[in-house]
Amino acid sequence: MIVARTGNEAMAEAMRQINPDVVAAYPITPATEVVQLFSTFVHDGKVTTEFVPAESEHSAISACVGASAAGARVMTSTSSQGLALMHEILFIASGLRLPIVICFVNRALSSPINIHCDHSDSLASRDSGWLQIFTENTQEAYDTSIIAVKIAERALVPALVTTDGFILSHGMERIELLDDDAVPGFLGERKVANSLLDVDNPLTYGPLDLQDYFYEHKRSQIEAMDTVLPIIESVHKEFGERFGRYYPVVDEYETEDADILVLAMGSTGGTGKVAVDRMRAKGKKVGLVRARVYRPFPAAHMLKAVARAKVVGVLDRADTLSTRGGHLYNDLRSILYGSGKQPLLKNYVYGLGGRDISIEDIESIFDELISIGKSNKVDRDIVYYGVRE
Amino acid sequence: MRRQLKKWQELPLGLTLEAGSSKIFETGDWRSDKPIWDEDKCTNCMICWIYCPDSAILIKDGKVSGIDYRYCKGCGICAEECPPKVKAIKMVREEK
Repeated sequence: MIVARTGNEAMAEAMRQINPDVVAAYPITPATEVVQLFSTFVHDGKVTTEFVPAESEHSAISACVGASAAGARVMTSTSSQGLALMHEILFIASGLRLPIVICFVNRALSSPINIHCDHSDSLASRDSGWLQIFTENTQEAYDTSIIAVKIAERALVPALVTTDGFILSHGMERIELLDDDAVPGFLGERKVANSLLDVDNPLTYGPLDLQDYFYEHKRSQIEAMDTVLPIIESVHKEFGERFGRYYPVVDEYETEDADILVLAMGSTGGTGKVAVDRMRAKGKKVGLVRARVYRPFPAAHMLKAVARAKVVGVLDRADTLSTRGGHLYNDLRSILYGSGKQPLLKNYVYGLGGRDISIEDIESIFDELISIGKSNKVDRDIVYYGVRE
Repeated sequence: MRRQLKKWQELPLGLTLEAGSSKIFETGDWRSDKPIWDEDKCTNCMICWIYCPDSAILIKDGKVSGIDYRYCKGCGICAEECPPKVKAIKMVREEK
């Protein structure tokens, strides 16, 4: 069915069709509508979900942990400060290997207080052992919310699916919805080895773990992250074969013969693709790489995507406040070391607090990258694009 | 005393343990002081049994029968609480 939906509406629709056993949530701008619309579905009997309106995000994700340990299929939604308040429990969910899925909306973290898009919120939780998948448009946000449930349950790793706040969450686009019964058909039932509520076979969940075993448990979790990329690829393939929409781990656009690349995440991928088209129309061999899956970091896919490039401009919608630029820039630099590839790199931190980035902006970035390619020299490797200075 | 420790590959997923696993977690090797119980002095008032935080005072047929050194952490509460007139428990340095 072809419909017009905002990102939030699309994520809520996905949740309705998934019909999770439990949703525990606390609304926050700009993800409020995901929870609000879902609560309407609960009220109208469109889902059979046990809906827990919690008193805070910390409580919401804690309820999700308990429900998931009991064997339920569990989802929630949040943004920015909400994820920051969940931060403590994110590690507990991933450590307990609970496949919770968050329909997330990216919004700048305070301070200064702001409600608009940047990626500082989810990136601040990048080391919590959750999958992070950044989507480019509403269709992808809808599809990925469904895909993520299957990935998470197969890998036993929780997943966070993001849209860019307001740009996608409130921007209306044409999308194709799956049939209501196709989604449960694709996902199947969640299968669990143990359940917290199985009183005949009692288990202790999340016990104290000291010098003798903590390290082994962490090593096992690291292994889970190491083996998750093939699972993501196989679920992408299953989704594509069934519904005709195929998603990559790393999205490559016009990269085949491109000397100059831009690497970006989220909706800027879409803006950048139009900029690539315009540059190509002028005969410039440029391309775009989009990190769809950001955690775990897909090193092999990413190296392949940038293998032929002479210059890569990395667009980061957040800064690490480490004096070393943005997250994506640091990840890319790190995997290039020792890879035998040394493209020239320039980091453009941009769009903090929702500052707009236009097609023309990305064209001007391409122009600069082309001149870097000609001079074979990067003057400043980290710049703050679009800031007044 | 030393248990066979498992490799990370051998662990069950998701930090689960069989319920009641504290029974196999023997805390006696934490001890630096050790309570010595004197059966001849003991009046079986059970004050030590009430106060012991590790349930390490052993009881047989309603009477104190000894100290369970597998769990006793050597905190000394039993010796402290044993009535001054009785003094059936004294703490000595643990020799390993």
